[in-house]
Amino acid sequence: MATLAAAAPVRRETQWSLAVAGAALVIFLVAAPFALYPVFIMKALCFALFACAFNLLIGYVGLVSFGHALYFGWAGYLAAHAAKVWGLPPELAVLAGTATGMALGLIAGMVAIRRQGIYFAMITLALAQMMYLVALRVKMTGGEDGIQGVPRGRLFGTFDLSNEMTMYAFVVVAVLAAFFLIYRIINSPFGEVLKAIRENEQRAVSLGYKTDDYKLVAFVLSATLAGLAGSLKALVFQLASLTDVHWTMSGEVVLMTLVGGLGTIFGPIVGAFLIVAMENYLALFGQWVLVIQGAVFVICVLAFRRGIVGELAARLRVRL
Amino acid sequence: MFEIFGVPSQALFGQLLLGLINGSFYALLSLGLAVIFGMLNIINFTHGAQYMMGAFAAFLLLRHAGIGYWLALLIVPVIVGATGVVIERLFLKRIQKLDHLYGLILTFGLALIIEGLFRNYYGSSGQPYGVPESLQGGRNLGFMFLPNYRAWVIAFSLLVCLCTWFAIERTRLGSYLRAATENPALVRAFGINVPRMVTLTYGFGVGLAGLAGVMAAPIYNVSPQMGSDIIIVVFAVVVIGGMGSIMGAIVTGFTLGIVEGLTKVFFPEASNTVIFVIMIIVLLVRPAGLFGRSA
Repeated sequence: MATLAAAAPVRRETQWSLAVAGAALVIFLVAAPFALYPVFIMKALCFALFACAFNLLIGYVGLVSFGHALYFGWAGYLAAHAAKVWGLPPELAVLAGTATGMALGLIAGMVAIRRQGIYFAMITLALAQMMYLVALRVKMTGGEDGIQGVPRGRLFGTFDLSNEMTMYAFVVVAVLAAFFLIYRIINSPFGEVLKAIRENEQRAVSLGYKTDDYKLVAFVLSATLAGLAGSLKALVFQLASLTDVHWTMSGEVVLMTLVGGLGTIFGPIVGAFLIVAMENYLALFGQWVLVIQGAVFVICVLAFRRGIVGELAARLRVRL
Repeated sequence: MFEIFGVPSQALFGQLLLGLINGSFYALLSLGLAVIFGMLNIINFTHGAQYMMGAFAAFLLLRHAGIGYWLALLIVPVIVGATGVVIERLFLKRIQKLDHLYGLILTFGLALIIEGLFRNYYGSSGQPYGVPESLQGGRNLGFMFLPNYRAWVIAFSLLVCLCTWFAIERTRLGSYLRAATENPALVRAFGINVPRMVTLTYGFGVGLAGLAGVMAAPIYNVSPQMGSDIIIVVFAVVVIGGMGSIMGAIVTGFTLGIVEGLTKVFFPEASNTVIFVIMIIVLLVRPAGLFGRSA
């Protein structure tokens, strides 16, 4: 496992780099809607949160989940259903979706952590595929049509989210809060144990840690945050569809995290913005998107394993 | 015509047959995955795409070179296996020493590239590939109608599986292979060219996928996404069986195909999820898999 995220040697006093990058992110998010389409940034932010949630597992526990679309997509379905059919306000709809991610993560996690390494990836992929097939059949999801025309509603009864800028502010606040939560998790004593498991699980066990419990909690946290991302996306696009539960979505989040940098704090965010932008431009090329995505995977694995942010952090010898 | 558990025998045996057919492909593909995993320690995500390449190769040989099914059955595994050798030399060799997650991601990327290329040129819709003339028609067994081609697929894939098992477990070459799986450094010290063996093993496993693709072509339509549809199910099969044993992969593949067929008769809604449900149950009861050595 030691070969996983090739982290750069870091001095303790270099924490300032995180503050600088965080401030830059906030400034960008405040200024961006005046230059770019708010919908584009919101989409990228949802994927950024999704990728960060995924990175919590792959980058800090060394667990490769190849089925994260399960939590992302199904949370979207539940949030959309709650808002449209149950008529819940947006904050409760998002909560319902997030709780769905959590519940599914708990069930899938309990099954998947029974095996390690390569099997773990295959199991999570298979579980996600099973729930994709369920989504294809069940009436609630609307099958091929998905759930369309989801009302955004009024946040806390006052803020009208059908206004693009209000929606944008809501997404930014929610996603930034989630980023901060992830940062706190990683830097907590709990996070240190996770990293210990990543580096050497046997040793962590011999030190008396019940690593399975830690892995399960990390898995549920990751699924919950992926659920939050999926719920927000359903609200932004007023749509929940099969694309978000399909295995290609699970692959896409791996790609974003890998491009940005496994096990870095800002890597998945950069990766998500890059891949979303790339897909926007490449939409013209139709099927070539698949080929290009595949090629990016191959290049990253062969020559660019630290990812963009990981490489930058290594050059500057700071944490990012 | 008679009934079993309230189901007409024709329907029951028909689905059983379909199950056996699916099982043949599960067995061939999971066998290839197990062989590759044993030697290279990676899960070959490209396996589905290579199975699809096999089907397409047969289709293209017929269309552009007039080469029929029987010759394709010989040539295609070699072609697909050769592309596997190239992939191993170009890519997989470089990541040998890295965490196995990179192998998974790399082969996933390759699968996307291959599927994307075929989609570009042939669209997403399926292309028909006829049953070879000598195997058209079928026979009436009294309780069911058995198409010749399907009988052939089951018999031939069983034969290929057993030959592979024999080659690995009972021959001298197979013993080298098993030894190199256990301890590559030591086997190298005995003067055996392990890197070449690794390359050829990958080529062989991939060739098996290509062979399965040729056999599948007349049954399913030849389409670019046929590989990604089946590979995830095969992963579940591999998790259920455990990759420790060759025979285990074969038995699990066929059995799960039959189970899937039976589910289609008695509980059709669950037929395409049943394998995943079994996977969950097996993981809860026997995490190492039915034939796996416990970790």
